[in-house]
Amino acid sequence: MDILTQQLFNGLTIGSVYSLVALGLTLVYGILHIPNFAHGALYMLGAYITLTLMLLWGVHYWIAMAVSVLVVGLLGVIMDRLVFHPLRNAPPIHDKIAAIGILLFLEAFAQLIWGADYRTMETPYGQVIDLFGMTATMQRVLINIGAIVVMILLFLFLKKTYIGSTIIAMAQNREGAHLVGINTNKVAMLTFMISGGLAAIAASLSAPINLVFPGMGHLVILKAFVIIILGGMGSVPGAILGGYILGFTESLGATYLSNDYKDIIAFLMLVVILSIKPKGLFSREGF
Amino acid sequence: MGSLLKKRGWIIGFILAAILFPFVSQNEYFLHILTLAFIWMIAVYGLNLLAGYTGYLSLAHAGFFAIGAYTLGLLTVKAGLNYWIALVLACFLTSAIGAVVGLVALRTREHFFAIYTLCVGYIIYLVIDKWDSLTGGVRGLIGIPAPTSVGPISFQTPLSQYYLILFFLLFTVLVMYRIIHSLTGRTFIAIRNSEDLAQTIGISTMKNKLLVFVISTFFAGLAGALYASFIRFIGPDIGYITIIFDLLTYLLVGGIGTLAGPIVGTFLIVTVSQSLQFLQDYRMLIFGPLLTLLIIFYPRGIVGAYHDWRMKSLAKKKQQLNRKQTYVHTQSTETEKKIKEG
Amino acid sequence: MLIETKKLTKTFGGLVAVNEVDFTIEKGKINAIIGPNGAGKSTFFNLLSGSYSPTSGRIFYKGKDITKLPPNKIARLGVARTFQTTNLFEQSTVLDNVIVGHRLRTESNLLDAVLRTKRFKREEEKCRDKAMEVLDFVGLTHVRDQLAVSITQEEKKRVAFALALATDPEIVFLDEPTAGINPGETEGLADLMEKMVEQQITVCLIEHKMKMIMALADKIMVLNYGEKIAEGTAEEIMNNQAVIEAYLGGDASA
Ligand SMILES: Nc1ncnc2c1ncn2[C@@H]1O[C@H](COP(=O)(O)OP(=O)(O)O)[C@@H](O)[C@H]1O
Ligand SMILES: [Mg+2]
Repeated sequence: MDILTQQLFNGLTIGSVYSLVALGLTLVYGILHIPNFAHGALYMLGAYITLTLMLLWGVHYWIAMAVSVLVVGLLGVIMDRLVFHPLRNAPPIHDKIAAIGILLFLEAFAQLIWGADYRTMETPYGQVIDLFGMTATMQRVLINIGAIVVMILLFLFLKKTYIGSTIIAMAQNREGAHLVGINTNKVAMLTFMISGGLAAIAASLSAPINLVFPGMGHLVILKAFVIIILGGMGSVPGAILGGYILGFTESLGATYLSNDYKDIIAFLMLVVILSIKPKGLFSREGF
Repeated sequence: MGSLLKKRGWIIGFILAAILFPFVSQNEYFLHILTLAFIWMIAVYGLNLLAGYTGYLSLAHAGFFAIGAYTLGLLTVKAGLNYWIALVLACFLTSAIGAVVGLVALRTREHFFAIYTLCVGYIIYLVIDKWDSLTGGVRGLIGIPAPTSVGPISFQTPLSQYYLILFFLLFTVLVMYRIIHSLTGRTFIAIRNSEDLAQTIGISTMKNKLLVFVISTFFAGLAGALYASFIRFIGPDIGYITIIFDLLTYLLVGGIGTLAGPIVGTFLIVTVSQSLQFLQDYRMLIFGPLLTLLIIFYPRGIVGAYHDWRMKSLAKKKQQLNRKQTYVHTQSTETEKKIKEG
Repeated sequence: MLIETKKLTKTFGGLVAVNEVDFTIEKGKINAIIGPNGAGKSTFFNLLSGSYSPTSGRIFYKGKDITKLPPNKIARLGVARTFQTTNLFEQSTVLDNVIVGHRLRTESNLLDAVLRTKRFKREEEKCRDKAMEVLDFVGLTHVRDQLAVSITQEEKKRVAFALALATDPEIVFLDEPTAGINPGETEGLADLMEKMVEQQITVCLIEHKMKMIMALADKIMVLNYGEKIAEGTAEEIMNNQAVIEAYLGGDASA
């Protein structure tokens, strides 16, 4: 029983990170129909920027994270302007390849600047606390709280502000949004900004309990894709729910099945889902 | 007819250059690099038929490459099977697994297909990496034998391996050429163009896509098996995503959906990155942006750009001829067979 | 009677795009389907050609139930179609675009292609000849060797016709064949349709240009919100009160 609660808490923590990454991915997909393979690299850069600020200049954790969010968000915007915007009317295979090109570049770039070593991020919240009879580090608690706060803020932004609602409108109908006078280019840039920012938050929150290295985005992004297929490509609640489902499944799978093969769970899940429903779990009924 | 010769010209030129190269340079290092490039070319051809001609971007092909390599490695090292039997089995096992994967994967389209195959590739990698008792895990598989002699011909020397692998590459090019220049190839291209349209002109898209997928994995498996017996050592890395990215770069630079693309792109990138040895780990600093720029400005790579240029200058010539009120029909028959490789 | 639908219905989620439509297509005639945008005309075509599977109802082709057949099998039976948006392979020549249209009447497979068998050569020839023949039929012999990207909109429509004809159809469905084309060219396409009928090919088209339809079609069906609201000759349709109200908005010359 003790192990179970511990694992459930673990699942919640991992799930929080997955959800944040998947949210960024699903927003971009919903609006622009780009499966952004470079999203994992944004995640990786987010961690490195926070880490560097803390190590080099002794910047406080939260401030470092804020800068990281800004920088990575801007990077997302630049990516949109320089790469995805010119490809807007190209065949779908082109976006994917372009995104892969960006991914390769950013990883090599990180390796050039920071080296290939695995690094750890110190956190001011390393102390162990007692939580309803189970022990956890403060950082893990922060991941959970942070993720929920970010999700609530995002929800309020999308639902309650005018700009947010334009994102929703465009996700639902791109041409329609254009017709009612929404500046679709601006919305696209904004979406990339948010998407990059979310990746940076997720990475900065989770880096202290993981390791920081150039390839750290690979598995996370792959799993984020699994999640948004699970939750419906472009669906915001789907990404959150899917993230937590995968988090729980993995942490339970690691304990009760096999720690070695826990990473396979996500991919098997996806393979099974797409085998049964080739257009994803929540595809709109076409033909 | 003249154009037919011209088009085959580059193939004949390439064959001659490849056959004659060892007579020009005895440098074993170059020979090694070229042989390796030939192996990649075979894999890239497999990918090209699927992604370039049929429009399905598979990211699982590093996995299939690894399946071919490990099948050959395990059959020769652990089961002690004859090399050639193992080679044949490796190709067929890879395409059999390809058939099973394809049967499901091909029901998905576009992004779903790419993500699905990415995950399949990752599963293959993880299985190889974690299944220690069979594959040796991260330690890899060592002592894979070189091809055994066929009659009087032995394949122990680098030179003989060079020619052997060149032979397989030429076989691959021949098969690809014939597929692409046939009704079967036209069928694949029709599917790439529009699957809905293809169906309404009576093409069974699923059957054809599966066929392409199986052929494509066959060549990935062949390349993997040849790689295993050439390098004599394999690790799980050969199934990792970076390999598929390498293959994609070769294909994109050369020209996706062109017949000469895989050779041009692979040759260029492999030789350039060899001369930039110091860049090894950072080569993606250049190739990453290159990939992105190419897809924006020259989506059909070097070969595609060359063809466009040729077409334009032909059209210009034609206009001039038209202006002179000359009979232009000769020109049109010349363009007749030009397109498919373009 | 070549094709007959019985209570054919297609819903998308809550939307009923085609609602219990009974329709018959007469052999050797020009049949037309008209109706406002979003009336379900294209969906109806997609059902007949097998691209969509109906929610309920049945489709018969020469008395045979084809409701559950996939589009490629339906095409083999002799049903061809064009799409509302023409999607040609732009980097190919016109001829190359059309050759594959006869693929369904050939048998040669991958092995034939790799081994270059007799059958392969015979069928390659056959498909090429067929493509030449239909290109001649639609009047495009002169642009045969041009890239599809470089021909005019009207020529592209004709290529789409040619591709459909290359399948050796008994009936062709044309989805808004004259959309985006000027009046002079429209007449040319109308002539082409009449020429098809002369060749014993039944035509069924979706059209917006009233004048043309009234002159051309032997039989017209009017769809509105997925439902058939009228069916008959041009004259009957023009005088039909329901049509005038629902579609023509009281102005029969629209
Ligand atoms: N694949 C689809 N998924 C959901 N709705 C569709 C689909 N295809 C058509 N529709 C809807 O069905 C209705 C009829 O569309 P359509 O047949 O294209 O009309 P028409 O061709 O008469 O203009 C429209 O409201 C359209 O939005
Ligand atoms: Mg329509």
